[in-house]
Amino acid sequence: MKRFSIATRVLSVAALTIMGAGLAGCGGGASGGTADSATTAKGPIKIWYSNNEFEVKWGKAMVESWNSAHPDQKIDAQQIPAGKSSEEVIGAAITAGNAPCLVFNTAPVAVPQFQKQGGLVPLDSFPDGAQYIKDRTGDLADQYKSGDGKMYQLPWKSNPVVLFYNKDLFTKAGLDAAHPKLGTQAEFLDTARTLVKSGAAANAVWPSPASDFFQSWFDFYPFYAANSGGAPLVKDGKATFDSDQGKQVATMFQTLYKENLASKEVYQGDSFAEGKAAMSLAGPWAIAAYKNKVNWGAVPVPAAQAQTEGSTFSDAKNVAMYSACENQGTAWEVMKFATSKEQDGKLLAETGQMPMRKDLPATYADYFAKNPLYKQFAEQAGRTVEVPNVSNSVEVWQTFRTAYAKSVIFGNESVDAAFKGSAEKINQLAAQK
Amino acid sequence: MSLRSAEGVPAAGDTGGRAGDRRTAPRKRKNFLGRQPLGLLFSAPYVIYVLGVLAFPLGYAVYMSFHDFFFTAPKVKVDRPFVGLENYITVLTDPAVQRSFANIGIFLLINVPLTVGLSLVLANALNRVTKLKTFFRVSYYVPYVTASVAVVGVWLFLFQQNGLVNSVLGPLAPNPSWLVNSWLAMPTVALFVTWKQLGFFILLYLAALQNIPEELYESASVDGGNKWVQFWNITVPGVRSASVLVTLLATITGANLFTEPYLLTGGGGPDGASTSPVFLMYQMGILQGNPDLAAALGVVLVIGVLLIALIQKRLVGGKED
Repeated sequence: MKRFSIATRVLSVAALTIMGAGLAGCGGGASGGTADSATTAKGPIKIWYSNNEFEVKWGKAMVESWNSAHPDQKIDAQQIPAGKSSEEVIGAAITAGNAPCLVFNTAPVAVPQFQKQGGLVPLDSFPDGAQYIKDRTGDLADQYKSGDGKMYQLPWKSNPVVLFYNKDLFTKAGLDAAHPKLGTQAEFLDTARTLVKSGAAANAVWPSPASDFFQSWFDFYPFYAANSGGAPLVKDGKATFDSDQGKQVATMFQTLYKENLASKEVYQGDSFAEGKAAMSLAGPWAIAAYKNKVNWGAVPVPAAQAQTEGSTFSDAKNVAMYSACENQGTAWEVMKFATSKEQDGKLLAETGQMPMRKDLPATYADYFAKNPLYKQFAEQAGRTVEVPNVSNSVEVWQTFRTAYAKSVIFGNESVDAAFKGSAEKINQLAAQK
Repeated sequence: MSLRSAEGVPAAGDTGGRAGDRRTAPRKRKNFLGRQPLGLLFSAPYVIYVLGVLAFPLGYAVYMSFHDFFFTAPKVKVDRPFVGLENYITVLTDPAVQRSFANIGIFLLINVPLTVGLSLVLANALNRVTKLKTFFRVSYYVPYVTASVAVVGVWLFLFQQNGLVNSVLGPLAPNPSWLVNSWLAMPTVALFVTWKQLGFFILLYLAALQNIPEELYESASVDGGNKWVQFWNITVPGVRSASVLVTLLATITGANLFTEPYLLTGGGGPDGASTSPVFLMYQMGILQGNPDLAAALGVVLVIGVLLIALIQKRLVGGKED
């Protein structure tokens, strides 16, 4: 009786523990899957798009336009269901077999994982797939090719990251807001010192110090892209950042943190929009966000040496087709329709984000003439670096972020040791299948 | 158990043989379903829930932890070879995992005693309050029912470099500040969680306090026992079962810490000083597509929490077993 009693209690505690630990093993089960014939099948499809208000507006108009012309192949559209991130939701949908046909917000970093899950349709399987992408995006599209040589994503739109600055705070600090000295990393550091020492701003810049794998896209990576002539984090299966250019950028950020020019704390909100930081790294989406809030200017991300045509991080989101889709023929037609010159023009006008098309400034010359603030981003869009399309891409970025935080932000290890160690681990991760 | 006892003792005067068999056959059927067969029907929903939502996922997690496993689309066929203890070795030799267990140890050492002590004292005080009783009870309960996301902003305001706490402390403020200080980040998270969950544990103690007869306090008072003597000799032993429950629940919820370091210290910062095992499970299993490693870590965590809970049960539960 005593033994039974203890066993019961053990089981009760185990049940509570399990409940808390949330070890929810999600097995498969729902129907779905892919068949070769599906690439020609026509009929109704489901799509997801971003919950960004501007993209929702564009998405609704695009769907309405398609549906009115194709009553037998209607699109059922919705915003990506809520989750900690879109990628988690999409990953779960792939496993459950209920992913939509198309997601107009697929992060390139998640593509290798979705591909490994068997969740994506290679767009090369459509007769005109590869050619359409090449014709629309040009050589930039090569960055999105997977390790097996296939294309699992259609490069859609980018948000080239540039350096925004607050003109009012610059003026308050006695700096020339019309011609800020931000042409090189040394000038950037000097300007940061002036901003903080003058008391004009509590922080010169406040990139998030959080440990999320993607945070490096908005501090280290744009500067590294500019400093390295457009090198991705991993090239030909090898980490590239354990180099003079990479360490130069890391040392610059280390100085920012050491001299308290950037905060090590997490800020709940937009530090730039709220005047807590004088500079910020962001893409063209920020123009609408900062309108009537900040008197801003923007310059290309500086490199060690002054340059006229530097690279930056693309912050792109793409369109991917998911293998649970039954009417893939229609899905491909919708992909082409939604990324046509006309729809790209509408996307640009509605969201301010840059369609990934060849010669963007000339294609929409009228728009950029009327909206000169966006022209700089259109020109920058042709010189962007994407996250590398390698195995374990999220783990690769997490490894880098952990090493970066340890050495650069919190100073618990030398940059040399941290970069060397993380580069070795990343090489191993990228080599795995 | 009921089946065996029903079969074991023959009825008085039973001579055995066919007649006896005929008599016992209907009883066997009846006892197979228990004395109250309808009870099975009533308990079925919960049993199904436990099996489907708790037991199956745990079993599946154990399976995953011993295989090279990743999630795939339903009709994708992949090899998921048995890898023995490889996932466990990978996880347990990972410095980040080791640190997360040390972090959670620090968290539990601060959070559990503080939770038990504060909630007991405050429940005792609330039990004696005569005016504004509801107001006080609701006040303590509000943080518990408020989403962490909402109250984290307040704590950031309090504990950031230029926050209220540092302003009050002036030159005594720690440098680096609380949330970016390797030594203070986890204790600050522990304080936050203690404060946030206090309302729930106070309620448990309040319920337990209602079971202590008032006569005991009157007798102690007549014998000259002051408030402290009454608290120590009547209240504390009187709520021992609640103390066991509070200790176990605080340990289990504490060991599953996720949201607070995720929000308060930027995902386990600074430099992993407030990372928890569940946070790493989230990173490995959901973000990085390594559910096999996450499952191995989860199983280790479950076993660890079970062991701690059993020890606590022995220590706090005393002879009440």
